[in-house]
Amino acid sequence: MKETLVKVTINGKEVAKEIESRWLLSDFLRDNLGLTGTHVGCEHGVCGACTVLINGEPVRSCLMLAVQADGCQVETVESLARADGSFNHIQQAFANNHALQCGFCTPGFLMSLKSFMENNPTLPTDEEIREAISGNLCRCTGYSNIIKAVKEAYALNC
Amino acid sequence: MAQYVGQNVKRKEDYRLLTGNGRFVGDIRLDNMAEAAILRSSYGHALIKSIDTSKAKDCEGVIDVITAADLEGKVQPFTEFVEFTLPPNLEKDIKPIIKKNPEPMLAKDRVTFVGQAIAIVIAENRYAAEDAIGLIKIEFEPLPVVTDPYESVKAESTVIHQDLQNNIQSHFEVSVGDVEKAFNQADHVIRARIKTPRVSGNPLETRGVVAEYEERTQQLQVWSSTQVPYMVRSYLSKLVGLVENNIRVVAPDVGGGFGPKCAVYPEEIVIPYLSTKYKRPIKWIEDRLEHMQSTRHSRDQVHDVEVAVKNDGTILGLKDHFLLDNGAHNSFALCCAYNSAAHLRGMYRIPNYDITGQIVLTNKTPNVPYRGAGRPEAVFVMDRLIYMIAEKLNMDPVDVSFKNFITPEEMPYDTDLFYRDGANMVLENGDYPGSLKQAMKIVGYEQFREQQKEAREKGKYLGIGFSSYIEGTGIGPHEGAVVRLDSSGHILAFVGSSPHGQSHETTLAQICADEFGVSPDQVTVKAGDTSLLPYGVGTFASRGAVTAGSAVHVASKKLKEKLLAIAGEMLEVAASDLELQNGKVYPKAMPTRFVTLQEIALAAKPGPRCKVPEGMEPGASATHYFVPPTVTFSSGFHTAVVEVDKDTGFVEILRYIVVHDCGRVLNPMIVDGQIQGGVAQGIGGALYEEIIYDENGQLVTGTYMDYLLPTAMEVPVVEMGHQEFLSPRNPMGIKGVGEGGAIGPPAAIANAVCDALKPMKIEINTLPVSPNKLRSLIEEAELQEMH
Repeated sequence: MKETLVKVTINGKEVAKEIESRWLLSDFLRDNLGLTGTHVGCEHGVCGACTVLINGEPVRSCLMLAVQADGCQVETVESLARADGSFNHIQQAFANNHALQCGFCTPGFLMSLKSFMENNPTLPTDEEIREAISGNLCRCTGYSNIIKAVKEAYALNC
Repeated sequence: MAQYVGQNVKRKEDYRLLTGNGRFVGDIRLDNMAEAAILRSSYGHALIKSIDTSKAKDCEGVIDVITAADLEGKVQPFTEFVEFTLPPNLEKDIKPIIKKNPEPMLAKDRVTFVGQAIAIVIAENRYAAEDAIGLIKIEFEPLPVVTDPYESVKAESTVIHQDLQNNIQSHFEVSVGDVEKAFNQADHVIRARIKTPRVSGNPLETRGVVAEYEERTQQLQVWSSTQVPYMVRSYLSKLVGLVENNIRVVAPDVGGGFGPKCAVYPEEIVIPYLSTKYKRPIKWIEDRLEHMQSTRHSRDQVHDVEVAVKNDGTILGLKDHFLLDNGAHNSFALCCAYNSAAHLRGMYRIPNYDITGQIVLTNKTPNVPYRGAGRPEAVFVMDRLIYMIAEKLNMDPVDVSFKNFITPEEMPYDTDLFYRDGANMVLENGDYPGSLKQAMKIVGYEQFREQQKEAREKGKYLGIGFSSYIEGTGIGPHEGAVVRLDSSGHILAFVGSSPHGQSHETTLAQICADEFGVSPDQVTVKAGDTSLLPYGVGTFASRGAVTAGSAVHVASKKLKEKLLAIAGEMLEVAASDLELQNGKVYPKAMPTRFVTLQEIALAAKPGPRCKVPEGMEPGASATHYFVPPTVTFSSGFHTAVVEVDKDTGFVEILRYIVVHDCGRVLNPMIVDGQIQGGVAQGIGGALYEEIIYDENGQLVTGTYMDYLLPTAMEVPVVEMGHQEFLSPRNPMGIKGVGEGGAIGPPAAIANAVCDALKPMKIEINTLPVSPNKLRSLIEEAELQEMH
């Protein structure tokens, strides 16, 4: 099948690959680049587990073709930890508050929240936090510890 | 000394999961790996007249296309899961009829449900495999479809499996006391039909299998997203005819299970077999649409129940006849059905009790246990009845509960029936009235009734509902642990119970750390790998902490004794005079004269420098298989406070309270997390989730656009109260907690909605309480009032 050249900046690194134009961005990240931290939960754009940032905006990578990301900045969960491997403020708050159990949906939450916190620098209300994460499904935690973690992430980020 | 057990120790699992370094089965990539895609039935019931795979086989990148014919003589069909067969005394007591109803690996000449696997394409990648799926031609001859269990049991119904004669796959009866006498003495008899619909557990990670066969050593390595790797190994060995010890099944990081991953599936047998056939690693990852159709569903019970009561609210007896619509197959004997029968009376003293259960087959996906496993269905029946009794007698439902509770003074309380494990079902301890009182205190019951009146004057409909549960947790037959002191001085604990979010690596490390007087950081727990110890069971039925926790506890004690004996030889001091703390062993009288765990580990090695006392095997390792005498009974009270929008039928949960007893709490943060998560799933079942088939057996709710999982907008923060009655049935007094949260919400929320709309007579005896259903009930009630 015909392949197309895709050039993207992924987690700060430029990547150029030939790829079939039908490949999903999620499959491209996972299968071609080995970035398996981005998980695929539903493949129809509802669960949010595959959320990555494209030019800073959260996007479901299961609903986007890799070729559509040509020329874009892509950020995945692998980019979050600090250079020394320690947690960033959102990861730290998740660990402190038991905001994950199986951890499958977690990368999607982290990426949605990174964008949300950058766009909403002051501490939001609980209701606003709930809305911010309502595009991400979690089947284990019942969300309450995620909400707690978001509040703590704001405090840690001060 | 308990230093870490009972503390909020942070999870050891989190670093890898938060940094994208987890390894789920879909993340595994091997050299030369092929990928599989599966063609599934689009018919609920049909004959397969022919399958033409020729075009698919010619497709670019396709290695082969496999149908049932290719497996004949190579892979045996499933038999029943022997792990779930009944113990002989229980069988003798309830004399069940259970017809064997195994499932084919791939459908051969007939399909019995939408989603049943028919053909597998193996290709260079998933895209190529899916291309080929579209080129397989199957000629079907549709057969009459049966989706209603009441139609299915009729003599004239289409029979789904001819060899079973009819669609009643199992039948059993349980009888306690003299129910007819009780009904003769009753002042009132209340009858109801109460239904818990079919739902799907829906872990966020779908199923998946990767298999690699190494011909040189005949080793088959399988990774599967499963709750039961040992069961997968056992059936692979039996059905493919392989030496069990040559198979290693690993459950890597598993993205939730909740029950559906507790079965062994055809794909877990066939994909590994194909990797031996094609001598290539093969990967199959289920997509979500396949998951909705083919991963097992659960619940789906209808109870026709009658309760005999006196004027003062005392329950004299209960009769129930229920159907469990199990879909096209049942390989789990009476598992959920008998759980429902055993748990239905819950916390209540009901001395006269008759229950008949029938497992019925229909053209739907087979059912398996899902979080609660027969108990949410039973609680929905019992606690709706409590509410109906209160209605009938114009009593407060809490007073009906208080009237009928088994009291702390009656403990241990013999329920006069056998549990599923064959033991007498005896509730060992607990304070059920205390639990309700605590819940009422947290919610502020009296104040709430005032608020409710005031709100009603303003046209707002507030309601409160309770539900209660007991749960047999920590079922056997066993779970093992190997605890080992590494040469570095680090401690390793291997267990057979396989986690998928339950935090084994943390809680079991806490247990181990306390025995050795070290930090949990100095303990590594490994699980989910059949190479770790010879026997294992799995994580389901709220059993991990009870069974694996107890095994780690006892194995740690055994190893500690051995380490003290070795240190005794090294220090020339009697072992009984030694103490182990902070990684050092020293005489109690002289803490400065010590040997470290690392030095003990070296002295445990065989050879001339060995200091292991005579009569003991060299090595610094101990094994214990914990065999529970029977289950331990957790319990809890759930309270929902809701607001109902009478015009739209929309229900908002304002508060949700859980008071529970899970015995010894290993890590409060993790226990609370289990409860909160369970409640969220229970809320899903109460208000949103329902698997619906149309009359042709087509799955109507096959995507996340129609099958609604609760989001952060729908789940409140659960307020919790704790009781801690230690179980005498295991050394640490643990009771299981995994499922409890999911058991109560349907009954609590349904009761709260009925309460909110009073005095309007609304009976919510089916779920979910969706806006359209509730509006219909309100309209009906309003029409009745007008007449």
